[in-house]
Amino acid sequence: MKKLAFVMTGLLLVALIVACAPAPTPAPTAAPPTKAPEATKAPAATVAPTKAAAPAAGGRLALVKGRGKLICGVNDALPGFSALDKATGQFSGFDADYCRAVAAAVFGDPKAVEFRPLNTGQRGPALQTGEIDVLIRNTTWTVSRDTTWGLFAPTTFYDGQGIMVPKKLGAKTLKDLKGATICVQSGTTTELNLTDQMRAAGVDFKPVVFADIDPTYAAYEQGRCDAVTSDKSQLAARRTVMKNPADHEILEVTMSKEPLGPVVPLGDDQWFNVVKWTVFATIQAEEFGVTSKNVDEMTKSTNPDIKRFLTDEGLAKNLGLAADWTVKVIKAVGNYGEIYDRNLGPNTPLNIPRGLNQIWTKGGLLYAPPYR
Amino acid sequence: MTASSSSRAIPFWRDVRVLTVLSQIVFVLLLALAAGFLYSNLSNAMRERGLVAGFDFLERESGFEIGESLIPYKPSDLYARAFLVGVLNTLLVSVIGIFFATILGVFTGIARLSSNWLVNRIAAVYIEIIRNTPLLVQLVFIYFGVFVKLPPVRDTLDFGGIVFANQRGVFLPRPVPSPTYDTWLSFVLFAIVGAFFLWLFLSRHPRYRYTFYPLTVPLAWFVILPLLGWFLVETAPLTLEIPERGRFNFTGGIALSPEFSALLSGLVIYTAAFIAEVVRGGLQSVRRGQIEAARAIGLTEAQVLYLIIFPQALRVIVPPLTSQYLNLAKNSSLAIAIGYPDLFNVGATIANQTGQPVPVIMLIMATYLTMSLTTSLLMNIYNTRVQVLEK
Repeated sequence: MKKLAFVMTGLLLVALIVACAPAPTPAPTAAPPTKAPEATKAPAATVAPTKAAAPAAGGRLALVKGRGKLICGVNDALPGFSALDKATGQFSGFDADYCRAVAAAVFGDPKAVEFRPLNTGQRGPALQTGEIDVLIRNTTWTVSRDTTWGLFAPTTFYDGQGIMVPKKLGAKTLKDLKGATICVQSGTTTELNLTDQMRAAGVDFKPVVFADIDPTYAAYEQGRCDAVTSDKSQLAARRTVMKNPADHEILEVTMSKEPLGPVVPLGDDQWFNVVKWTVFATIQAEEFGVTSKNVDEMTKSTNPDIKRFLTDEGLAKNLGLAADWTVKVIKAVGNYGEIYDRNLGPNTPLNIPRGLNQIWTKGGLLYAPPYR
Repeated sequence: MTASSSSRAIPFWRDVRVLTVLSQIVFVLLLALAAGFLYSNLSNAMRERGLVAGFDFLERESGFEIGESLIPYKPSDLYARAFLVGVLNTLLVSVIGIFFATILGVFTGIARLSSNWLVNRIAAVYIEIIRNTPLLVQLVFIYFGVFVKLPPVRDTLDFGGIVFANQRGVFLPRPVPSPTYDTWLSFVLFAIVGAFFLWLFLSRHPRYRYTFYPLTVPLAWFVILPLLGWFLVETAPLTLEIPERGRFNFTGGIALSPEFSALLSGLVIYTAAFIAEVVRGGLQSVRRGQIEAARAIGLTEAQVLYLIIFPQALRVIVPPLTSQYLNLAKNSSLAIAIGYPDLFNVGATIANQTGQPVPVIMLIMATYLTMSLTTSLLMNIYNTRVQVLEK
C-alpha cells in the first residue's frame, strides 16, 4: 500500500516538473494516462495571472474609462481636506474636490468618483498594488515615495510641519518641550521630521505612535500627550473639531517642508499626465481669471492663450481627453482659488491664509507650465 | 499499472486504495497551484512597478524614535535594531501577560465551581461578559476609558508615597542594589539550589511523596533563607528608588506607560476568562468516583484536590491552555490600536518608511511563528510530563 503511494506520487511529481519546465523536452519516463489531465492543467493555471495583471499596468486611463468611475484614495477624518460632510453624507474638502476634478477631466462628470478612505499605513500599498487610480490624501512628496509608491503630480498644497500644544503649557519653542510626550501618527513624514528636529535641537522626547488619525488626536486632547505634531494644515483642521479649539495653539516653528499633492501608481505616463495637467488646469485657470461662473463666456475669449486653454482639440487629444475637458473641470470644481476658498478660506472654520499657496504672479509658488 | 497486480479483478480507477492516494495527490497539487498563483501574482505586480523586494533596508539608519524600549535605542540605530526593540516589547507584554492570565484564570476557574452562590455568579458574569465581547473593543475601552482618564500629572494618585498613577502612566519603586547585595545574592542562590534538591528528594521519597511536604518544605526553605540573609548582612541589600516628580512627569523608579498598562490588563483580563473555562472543564473532567474513592480512604479535602483532582485535570487542561498562551501572544499585535510600540506597530512604521511592506510583513510573520512554535514546544514538553504522571 505504502509502496503504491510512493510510486504514484513520484510519477506525478516527475510529470509535473516536466510539464512546467520552460522548454518542453520529451519525457523519458513513460507517462501513465492518469496524470495527463494534471499535467496540462498546471501550465495553463500559471499563465493565467500574468494575463490578468497586464491591463492594470498599462493604460490605466482606458481602465478608468471602462470602469466608468475613478477610484480615489482619500483621508476620511480631515475636515477641510477630505471628510464626510454631515449634512450631505458626501466627501467634501480640498482633496476631495481634486478627486472630482480628475473625474470631471476624464468623464466630464465630477460625481463619477468612488472615494476609498485609507489610513497612513494603507496608502502606500494601495498605490503599489494599483488598487486605487489616484491618491489624494494630504501626502508629502519625498524621493523615497516618488520611487517606491508612485509618481507625484504637482503640489496642490505647500505645507510645513507644526506642533500643537495646550495654551496652559506655556511652551513657545521646541526647547520648551524637553522631556515632553508627543503624539504622532505612524507611517508619516512627520514621524521622521519630529525625530530629526528634536535631535538637531538636542531635546529628548517620548513619542506615542498611533496608526489612525482619530486616536492620535483623542489621546492628545485627553492629556495623554503634551503636544501633537503634524502638518500645520492638519493641526488647524483637527483643532476645529476639538472641544475647546481656543485652548490649543500651534507653535510658530515650522519643522519641515511638506508639499502635499496627488500620487498615481508607478509606470503609466499617460495616466500621470492626465492627473498632472488636471492640477495645472486649476492653477492656470486662476491665473487667467477663469472661474466656474465665467467659464462659458471665456471660451469665446479673444485672448489666444485662454481660447487654446479652454477649447484646443489637439492638445486635449494628446492627453487622451475630450476637447472641452478644462471647461468641465472648472465648471465642476472651479479654479484653484475657488477650491481653496470653499474649503480652507476665510469663510471656513479653518481660515488658513494662502501663504505659499498663491499664484506665482501674486508671490506664491503655484506655477503652471504653458498650455500649448 | 504494475501496482494493481494484487487486485487484478478491480480496475485501478475503482480501487479504493488507489483513489485514496490519488485524492490526496490532487489535493496537494491544488494547494501548490494556489500558492504558486498567489506568489506569481505578487512578484508580477511588484516587477511591473519596478519594485525590488529584499532585506537590505534592515542595514539602514531608522531615523525614528520609539516610545519605550528594553534595550538602549536611538534614532541613529539601524532598522534591524528598531525591529528588535519591537520584538522585545512584544515578548515583555506576552510573558508578563501569560503569567498573570494563568493566575487569574486558575482562580476564576476554581471560583466558577465554588458552591458559594455569590463567588460562583461573579465568576460566571465576568467570564461571559469578557468572552463575548471583542478584545479590540475592550482594549480601546481600557486605554481611553481607564488609563488615559486617570488624573493629570498635577493631581497624581498617590498610593502610600511609593506607587503613583496619573494619565502618563503607573510609577513603581525600583529596587536598587546596595554594596551588600552580592553577599545576599549568595543566600538567594543557595536557597534556590537547596529548594530544588529538597523537592527532588521529597517528591521521590516513598513516605512523603503523597503528602504536601514536597511542596511546602522547599517553599519554606526558599522563603526563610533569603529573609535570614536580609537581616544577617549589615545594611539592607536592596534600597528602593522612589519615583520623583519632574517638569512633565515622574522620573526614576519603574514607569509603566498607559499603553503598556492598558495592553497588559486587556490581554490578562481577556485571556484569563478563557483560561478559567479551560480550568473548569479540566476539573470537571475528573470522574466523581475518583473523588469519592479518595474521600473514602480518608484523604482531606486539600489532599483530594492536590493529589487526586489536579494531576488528572492537568492532562485535560494543558493542551487548550497552550492555545490560550499562543492567542495571548498573537493578540498583543492589537497594540497598534492604542499606540504601544510592539513588534507589529514598529514593523508597520518600518514598512511605511522604507516602502517595503512585503518583506516587513514576512519578517513579522516569521517572528510570530518562531515565538508561537517555541511556546508550543515548551508546553508540549510539559504536557508529556503531565501525561506520564497521570498513568
